[in-house]
Amino acid sequence: MTILMPTVGGASEILKLAVLAVGGQGGGVLTNWIADLAARGGYAVQMTSVAGVAQRTGATIYYVEMAPKTDRLPVFGLSPSPGDLDVLIAAELMEAGRAVMRGFVTPDRTTLIASNHRILAISEKEVPGDGRAKGTLVEEEITKAALRCVCFDMETLAVDAGSMISASLFGGLARSGALPFEVAQFEEVIMASGRGVEQSLAAFRAALNYETSDAIELVATPKKQTVSGPQKLMTGWTELCAQVAVFPSEARPMVQAGLAKVVDYQDLEYGKTYLSHVSKLTNIHAGLAENAAKYIANAMCYDDILRVADLKTRASRQTRLRAEQDIPEGEIVQVTEYFHPRAQEVCGTLPAGLGAWIEARPKAFSRLDRMTNRGRRIRTDGIFGFGILWVVSTLKSRRRSLLRHHYETLHLDALLEHVKHAAQTNVSLAVEILKCQRLIKGYSDTHVRGHSKFAKVISALSVLSGRDDAAEWIRRLRQAALEDEKGEALEGALKTVRSFA
Amino acid sequence: MAERSFAKEVQHLKIGKGETFRGEGILAITKALLENGVGYVAGYQGSPISHLMDVLSDAQDILADMGVHFEASASEATAAATLAASVHYPIRGAVTFKSTVGTNVASDALANLASGGVTGGALVIVGEDYGEGSSIMQERSHAFALKSQIWLLDPRPNLPSMVKAVGDGFALSEATNSPVMLQLRIKSCHLLGEFEAKDNVAPHTTVKDALENPKRDLTRIVLPPASFLHEQEKVTKRLPAAIDYIREHNLNERFGPAQGKVGIICQGGMYNSVIRGLQRLGLANIYGDCDVPLHVLNVTYPLVDDEILSFAEGKDSILVIEEGHPAYIEQNIRAILHKAGAQSGVAGKGPFPEAGELTGAILLDGISAFFREAAPDLMPSVARAPNAPPILKMPELTATVPARPPSFCIGCPERPIFAATKMIEEELGPHHIAGDIGCHLFSINAPFDIGATTMGYGLGPASASAFNDKTAARRSISFLGDGGFWHNGLTSSIGNAVFNDNDGVIVIVDNFYSAATGGQDILSSRADNKSKSTKHPIKKAVEGMGVKWVRQLDRTYDVGLMQATLKEALETPETGPKVIIASSECMLNKQRREKPLRKKAVSEGKRMKRTRFGVDEDVCTGDHACIRLSGCPSLSLKTLDDPLRDDPVASIDQNCVGCGNCGEVADAAVLCPSFYQADLIENPSRLDRFFGQLRQGLITKLQKRRDARRLVFSRDPS
Repeated sequence: MTILMPTVGGASEILKLAVLAVGGQGGGVLTNWIADLAARGGYAVQMTSVAGVAQRTGATIYYVEMAPKTDRLPVFGLSPSPGDLDVLIAAELMEAGRAVMRGFVTPDRTTLIASNHRILAISEKEVPGDGRAKGTLVEEEITKAALRCVCFDMETLAVDAGSMISASLFGGLARSGALPFEVAQFEEVIMASGRGVEQSLAAFRAALNYETSDAIELVATPKKQTVSGPQKLMTGWTELCAQVAVFPSEARPMVQAGLAKVVDYQDLEYGKTYLSHVSKLTNIHAGLAENAAKYIANAMCYDDILRVADLKTRASRQTRLRAEQDIPEGEIVQVTEYFHPRAQEVCGTLPAGLGAWIEARPKAFSRLDRMTNRGRRIRTDGIFGFGILWVVSTLKSRRRSLLRHHYETLHLDALLEHVKHAAQTNVSLAVEILKCQRLIKGYSDTHVRGHSKFAKVISALSVLSGRDDAAEWIRRLRQAALEDEKGEALEGALKTVRSFA
Repeated sequence: MAERSFAKEVQHLKIGKGETFRGEGILAITKALLENGVGYVAGYQGSPISHLMDVLSDAQDILADMGVHFEASASEATAAATLAASVHYPIRGAVTFKSTVGTNVASDALANLASGGVTGGALVIVGEDYGEGSSIMQERSHAFALKSQIWLLDPRPNLPSMVKAVGDGFALSEATNSPVMLQLRIKSCHLLGEFEAKDNVAPHTTVKDALENPKRDLTRIVLPPASFLHEQEKVTKRLPAAIDYIREHNLNERFGPAQGKVGIICQGGMYNSVIRGLQRLGLANIYGDCDVPLHVLNVTYPLVDDEILSFAEGKDSILVIEEGHPAYIEQNIRAILHKAGAQSGVAGKGPFPEAGELTGAILLDGISAFFREAAPDLMPSVARAPNAPPILKMPELTATVPARPPSFCIGCPERPIFAATKMIEEELGPHHIAGDIGCHLFSINAPFDIGATTMGYGLGPASASAFNDKTAARRSISFLGDGGFWHNGLTSSIGNAVFNDNDGVIVIVDNFYSAATGGQDILSSRADNKSKSTKHPIKKAVEGMGVKWVRQLDRTYDVGLMQATLKEALETPETGPKVIIASSECMLNKQRREKPLRKKAVSEGKRMKRTRFGVDEDVCTGDHACIRLSGCPSLSLKTLDDPLRDDPVASIDQNCVGCGNCGEVADAAVLCPSFYQADLIENPSRLDRFFGQLRQGLITKLQKRRDARRLVFSRDPS
């Protein structure tokens, strides 16, 4: 038989483009625009999508094929194939990663247009520690995989323009030059879309003309801290700050930060205690300084009712809230706080003797719990609600006499003991022990769970002490403890450690 | 009101001969129905044909003007039973639903319809929810067509072919007195394209005509002895008639050269993908001109023996490209060739995997494997030595990119129900929890991880019916959505639990719509619907079924109450089912309904509140317990500019709709005091302003007083 050679060069005559997005991002709008653009540009075009439940915040795919219009209709494909795409648009960084994983981006021909902002997946968010995927790794890999890559934060550009990411991605597409259409044609499509045209155009142009060097400037410059207050206190503060200079230079920023946190939390006296704790550890070994500065500050600034009441009634909090919630200047915002104090928290806020007395008596304790344990909605924009919290915050001067402080002091002392003991022989182990303070966070049950995880990790010390890899094991145990809520990973790791005994 | 409105698009349905119709596949099908004189249409929503129902619903006025009756059926069984109108009357009728799940539900009516046969054309349009994007078990509708003898159309996936298939389907149905199934794949339904329109045709007999002139024909009723005669008639009369019709009207198509050593037979629905495979091998151009003989089955049941034999003539081997398992078509072709003693070899499953979607990559591999084996000389050099770059292997990337399964929307009222359930399980221990079909099934994923099985629409509580042991220390919990409740849950689940005195707890998730399928109205919807009767409370129906223990919760966001009610249900000594109806409006639909109204009110100067939630970053300690009880897309993480912090803190973005779930959960689970609710007063009154200033004045005074006695640290917003 005779082989009929295709009149045109096979499937490559068809331009293939896919959009990967997260449900709710407007991937459909973008795809419609692209189809419209192709039609206006004299191309035959077909567009398909896989909608269904993925539209509910899951990963979605839209697919477009186009070819110059002739009197015959091309046979278009219905879904993207690995290794067979000219343009891939990803509306989020991990979706770009997914596109590369699925083979939709290949270095021979695919132009990748990706927004590098993140929409965290639930598996990243639910981890008690930091479960976020490594964005930089993904960004490097996708750049390697593509022929050309247009990758920057198009979400922010869109939001700043009051529009949706579909508009800035469309701008990214125009910028890439991957489609045979003029910028003016892109803009015509947006203008014909009829809704939010001005904002869409602004977002489109922001992405089109975005200068990638801007990204470098985004590297955060640490904000400078300012301190103000009565002269006497300021003098005391200056004296304390002068003591920071005795610490190793690499640890000084952390000591300074810790000092500010502790003094802000309580007072100058507390700052003095803090510096003394840190310097004792530093004297054992200079290598402990930085982590001592960090974790001792965190341990000393435990989260109690007084602290929350103080933070919630600060002027700086009002300013931040108004900015975060886009409250226009001069407008009124009502603020409701969601509190749920239990008897434990109330006892902690009582003088140590009285609090302990109640805690030791189950009947009294449960009576107190019945009285207090319920949700409280407090309006801190109102005089009454604000007033209550303000009064609670002024109890701060008595904090050292309260039951909670007693408990926290015991905890800090124990932590320091473990660190000092380890530091005699194994400095890196001492550092790892300090870092375990990270496990203690949250309030009520969460706080209790944190303490129990801390205790479990520390309990491994009896088995590990004397081993060369003790520090490494404590690090692993801590990481495991941060992996899941119930501590299943920690239990598994502990099993291994116990087998050493 | 459905999630997506087609009010604008349906106007195109009125266009006539000579005009070009441009739109989605489902819209094209609707237009085709009108062009073919359909008398009534019914169906039940579900991907991928939800939008077909939405289009029809939005087109009701147009349909009514033409004397076409439209009905949103209570279930697929109802829809299929609707086709009974075509049994005795020459009315063309069409029904539509998601397959195979909908076909399962409809199969009772379909089998009866197929046995007795039809007078008017009866078309069953099934949306084949198969392959990527599917949300159901992976099966084939083909089996239903075979078992009940319903002719199965699988047209090429382009609008002109799909539109033609509607007309062919009606004509074939009438010529053979058999119902016809028109199979549409997911991507065809959502395909955007165009076709040349024809004039709409009013039904020559309407349902009104039939109602006013009733008829009955004993031979068409499924009852012995007629049912035995039907069985014979199916094979002696209807099948030969179908084969004749298909052959005479060339419903199947041939492409490529007339002769060849090898050839391909494929389902119509696979045609574009097959051509794409051939294109990539250099065996076809972009218009589908190919070097290989191609026999395309737009009718996949019945096959026409003569066509298969004539295609096989002179060919060494034939490749059958058929999606899904079992390979009914391949088996049929092998039988035809074998019976006739034909010599051609057949390949199908072999070059192609036994099961699973035939994606572009699989087709390319399968076709080239076949050619390398059967006709290596046919392969152009490009295909023999493809120089396409190998797809990069990136193990690090694979390990890094997280999965992103679908989940509850921002502000979803179902989230607090599962937060409460998760908390109850923490308090009372794990329970056997049965899931159902609907958005609420997202509970099986993180962060809730709730639900053990899903057995079918409305069958959640039914699937817990074996767990009915009065001596057990624990009760089962089962979920049921309002959609599933009205679909068949009322009888199969609630009625069954009452009748068998099942002590289990049943939670009915009532979000006022059939939400997962796109927000269609159902009996208990609270909206006014001009053509449907709504506002029938679930509670009344449940009580009518005989349930004694019923609790109605009108705000699911009250996590504490939800939790207390669940606990009561699990612990009450009362026997029989404990039914909790948890009602709050689907947030997606609520936003769409309220947003424009709000906007208007604000622009008119009315005093309004805009509620959003926030997290105090200095109070949050970064444990993320709140996220593990919420999973709201709006509740995410951010890194603080603070060297003392290791872990990112919770943060709420500007997409927050102010549902309050996070605050309620923080309260009910006693998590932390980080959450706050911020209500911006839009268009405040003079009184608001007066009190606002008064309050702020006093607050500032107190703040200054405190600050005067201590050091104030602040970070400059540099």
